[in-house]
Amino acid sequence: MNASPSPALHWNRALTPLPAWELALVVALLAVFAINSALSPYFLNVETLSDATFQFAEKGIIALPLALLIVSGEIDISVAGIIALASVAMGLAAQAGCATPIILGAGLLTGAVAGALNGFLVTMCGVSSIVATIGTMSLFRGGAYAILGDRAIKHYPESFAFFGQGYVVGLISCELLVFIAMALICALVLHFTIIGRRIYAIGANPVTARFSGIHTGAHRFALFVAVGMASAVAAILLTSRLGSTRPSIAQGWELEIVSMVILGGVAVDGGRGSIAGVVLAVLLMGFLTVGFGLLNIPGIVMSIFVGLLLIAVVAVPRLLSVLRSRL
Amino acid sequence: MKRYSLHSPPRETGLALLTAAMLAGMILAYPHMASLRTLTALLDDTAILILLACGQMTVLLTRGVDLSVAANVALTGMVLALINHHWPERGVLPVLLAAPVLGALLGAINGVLVWRLRVPPIVATLGTLAIYRGLVFVLSEGAWINSNQMSADFLDLPRASWLGFTVLSWLALGGATCMGLWLHYSERGRNIRAAGDNPDAALYAGIDVGRSQFHAFVVSGALAGLCGYLWVARFGVAYTDVAQGFELQVIAACVIGGVSINGGVGTVAGALLGCLFLGVLNNALPLLGLSPFWQMAVSGLALTIAVVFNARAQSSGKRSFIQSPARGSAQ
Amino acid sequence: MNKPLSQSNQPLLTLSSVRKQFGGVRALEDANLELHAGSVTALLGENGAGKSTLVKILTGVLQPDGGEIRINGSSVRIESPRAALQLGISAIHQESVVFGALSVAENICINARPRRRTPLGPLLVDWTEMRRRARILLSELEIDLDPDQPVSELTIAQKHLVQIARALNGAHRIVIMDEPTAALSRRETEDLFRIARRLQNQGSALLFIGHKFDEIFALSNRYAVFRDGSTIAQGLLRDTTQERLIADMVGRIVEQRFPAPNPHLGSELLRVEALSQTPFFRDVSFSVRRGEILGFYGLVGAGRSELMQALFGLQAAQEGKVFLDGDAVDIRSPEAAIHNGLALVPEDRQHQGAILDLAITDNISLPNLHRLGCRGFIRRRRERSATQPLMQYLQIKAAGQHQRVRELSGGNQQKVVLAKWLATRPRLLILDEPTKGIDIGAKVAVYQLIRELADQGIAIILVSSELPEVLGLSNRVAVMRHGRVRALFEYGQAQPEQVMRAATGAGEYA
Repeated sequence: MNASPSPALHWNRALTPLPAWELALVVALLAVFAINSALSPYFLNVETLSDATFQFAEKGIIALPLALLIVSGEIDISVAGIIALASVAMGLAAQAGCATPIILGAGLLTGAVAGALNGFLVTMCGVSSIVATIGTMSLFRGGAYAILGDRAIKHYPESFAFFGQGYVVGLISCELLVFIAMALICALVLHFTIIGRRIYAIGANPVTARFSGIHTGAHRFALFVAVGMASAVAAILLTSRLGSTRPSIAQGWELEIVSMVILGGVAVDGGRGSIAGVVLAVLLMGFLTVGFGLLNIPGIVMSIFVGLLLIAVVAVPRLLSVLRSRL
Repeated sequence: MKRYSLHSPPRETGLALLTAAMLAGMILAYPHMASLRTLTALLDDTAILILLACGQMTVLLTRGVDLSVAANVALTGMVLALINHHWPERGVLPVLLAAPVLGALLGAINGVLVWRLRVPPIVATLGTLAIYRGLVFVLSEGAWINSNQMSADFLDLPRASWLGFTVLSWLALGGATCMGLWLHYSERGRNIRAAGDNPDAALYAGIDVGRSQFHAFVVSGALAGLCGYLWVARFGVAYTDVAQGFELQVIAACVIGGVSINGGVGTVAGALLGCLFLGVLNNALPLLGLSPFWQMAVSGLALTIAVVFNARAQSSGKRSFIQSPARGSAQ
Repeated sequence: MNKPLSQSNQPLLTLSSVRKQFGGVRALEDANLELHAGSVTALLGENGAGKSTLVKILTGVLQPDGGEIRINGSSVRIESPRAALQLGISAIHQESVVFGALSVAENICINARPRRRTPLGPLLVDWTEMRRRARILLSELEIDLDPDQPVSELTIAQKHLVQIARALNGAHRIVIMDEPTAALSRRETEDLFRIARRLQNQGSALLFIGHKFDEIFALSNRYAVFRDGSTIAQGLLRDTTQERLIADMVGRIVEQRFPAPNPHLGSELLRVEALSQTPFFRDVSFSVRRGEILGFYGLVGAGRSELMQALFGLQAAQEGKVFLDGDAVDIRSPEAAIHNGLALVPEDRQHQGAILDLAITDNISLPNLHRLGCRGFIRRRRERSATQPLMQYLQIKAAGQHQRVRELSGGNQQKVVLAKWLATRPRLLILDEPTKGIDIGAKVAVYQLIRELADQGIAIILVSSELPEVLGLSNRVAVMRHGRVRALFEYGQAQPEQVMRAATGAGEYA
């Protein structure tokens, strides 16, 4: 363990220098910008950059509350499944001729219920979150497949398209705004509120947290619901952007989203991490994707890179500390 | 499989009865199903799942998880298909021998990450999952290898029949038996169970937990490699999305079969039953008028119910609430 | 299995000038130890003196940075736990080192599973032989357990016995017993001593680490005292006294004096009537007044901790009533308990009392966040100014508010836990083994603090396994056995023997 000051506090005082991890991410982000602009003349185009926000906003919106969940010591890999199910729910509402607000409501409700199911399994039934969400992942996506089969739903009301395709002010898309809002909310909650402090405690030592009067079950349940609803928000944006619903929507997204959180410096076993790190990681992965896209490298090849990055992010610090202790 | 204690959990019996009941129900509703062919077809369908579940179970015993098995299957399958495509004259035997070796290598990468670099298994295998899948695409350049590009003996081996069962089924049964014997009678097998049950105690007993985890990943990888050949040969096609998402079915089968995600607990018999349960369930779907699109949802539901049962069973055995893990002075 | 007795005066095991450092911390400076065949050497020392580091070096878990280890005169390197076992060094550990998923027989033979060669070549585990060996060992030690039973089904004491049997399986020239009696009842302790004497007669060298002087003097014939990582004194136990040993351990003459309880008490604060939570405790009734210290004595398994956790709302009792200031209360969660003015300093400081990876200030404010916040947000300035005086009052030695609790000594960690609960301004403070595993200097400070808190009118329940402590501090002492309160003594009226009899049930029908 390094002797740095408590992780719960470090990112709050304005005069503290940026901690090492976040600094490394900033450097990496600048490097990605530099390399991408060198390799492709289209990169530093404002429009390209604005388009790039669509790449990471949807995933980032989920990564942020997921980070809080992971800090509290749990994990949720059913998020992509929730996107699929919420999207299907919205598609059905659209097919039934509902107005946009109802469609949104259907999606959000689905996300909340899905998150509540996860929360129920983990807090009330005592199932470990990894196993529970592996099960619900299949359940949710399977549900989407069971309902739609190999069909797709393509008819959404016009006003629905705004969320995923519209711009609020100038080049700031609706998606980007939602992402920024989510980032601010999560940062506020995790780093400045009582709830945030309790989340750190629950992740660092759930037994002591309970002995100290913290209702660990309620907090974790709430976080699962939050992640579920964030997935629903992402589903709204994604479905709106694509203009259609297929059961295979967002397939494989859970890997990238979890990678964003871990890349952002959140420890897998909980108790450590910052929102700033996660935001930087989201940006990093987003702009990497754009760069790869401009070079016409298919997504599945990029995921090799994501996999390597994920492993490196965890392995390299441990390697360094082993080497340091040997010297 | 022999058990070391007389106090066997009733879980596996319950599961066996449930599976038998489902099967009986199917046969009663559709009497034409009561034939040896149905049984052999069922076993064939479940064979690959059984082999992969044996491997996954070994990893689960050490408190790990291997999310990369399906990607391993896809990658080794593609490599072997390519080899067979370019050198069909060599026959199927080198391929059959190379399959587990190749898979073991991929598994060893996971093992080294977990053992030497102390990467948590979920992170390591999530990473290798992406890497291996991506490599399938890179190797094949996105193209498919079809059965007309594979040699006859490559394709025929799994289907070959012996004493009424296919080679595929025999491999599954043989593999499961070998695994069960290995876990029960070999030093390494016992160490794997001990290491997952209580890593702190393992240290004092001279058992290297990391090394046991490494062994488990190698075994899981080897079995996945073998399945790589079997999958590609059985379905006559190799492409990027082979076995996409199958790792979840494998974990589901293990968990339904009573293998604990916390390590130390679980038997091959249980994993086998979990596989048969899922196999029968999947076969029952069309009979119930449900499209194959329901498969994922049903197995997800079965897994969710199973884990709730598991959790209930584990907590009812607790003796005192919030007992401190270590009594005695804290040094 | 054992080498023949070495009748010479040469010690069986010698440690000379062994050193071990962890980062900046010197766990062992100059450790010397001699273990003679056929004798039991007691290893004494306060917490942090280096005893557990020494045990880890002897069992091959750690490697020394310097010094020499000799067995029977020849220099050895204990490179791994396996190497230690091969050298005949066996240990009975404090922590649970048994495998729940494996059987009793396999646990006993885990260090050396019997194997047989098959005609085809591979070495297979020989289960029949394993069961046989386990049965022989269990009967020799007069332990009544089924070799095929999974260890997860055993009680804590039974698991400990399995550990003991394991330690004695295989060569055991040198047997280390690290706080072996912590989990055992009186009868089981006597069984252990009997086994130890048998080992002694067989020529093994035993190293006994314990806290209770009566046990030390009953079992051992030699001693070694550690202080700050070095050996201060070694020799024959008959050549020294308990006072000298304590003085050696602490480095100064310390009178173990307890501040006397105050006979003038306030009104009744807590009344408990027929509280039950089977199987942990039954039909418990007692009351505590403001300013009173009610001691709870009992052996492990008596149900004291479970009773306190039930009072604190960690698990609801099935039957019975609890009254605070005359009003009936139904406390079902720690939140509710804190709201009602209760505080519990738990038994396990590291896993239940503090969060080691967080800072001192984070730990202290944890139950009080609602007081330090404003509409959900935390006021850091308020937090800082609340923590500082507490740290001063309790004299917590640290590099600052923001140091991680993990880096503090045991005594200071306990002070952080105390600070945390004091900050909730409790009416009733429950202390569960508050001085466990902290050195004598810190203990005296804690006793003083308890006294001061009682003088301020706080009702205190003191759960302790140290008889002198409980008798010296409390106004009244309740003794629990098997989940029931068997006796209640007034201050000065309890003789240690009476209390022990109530705690062990000796001389009574069950």
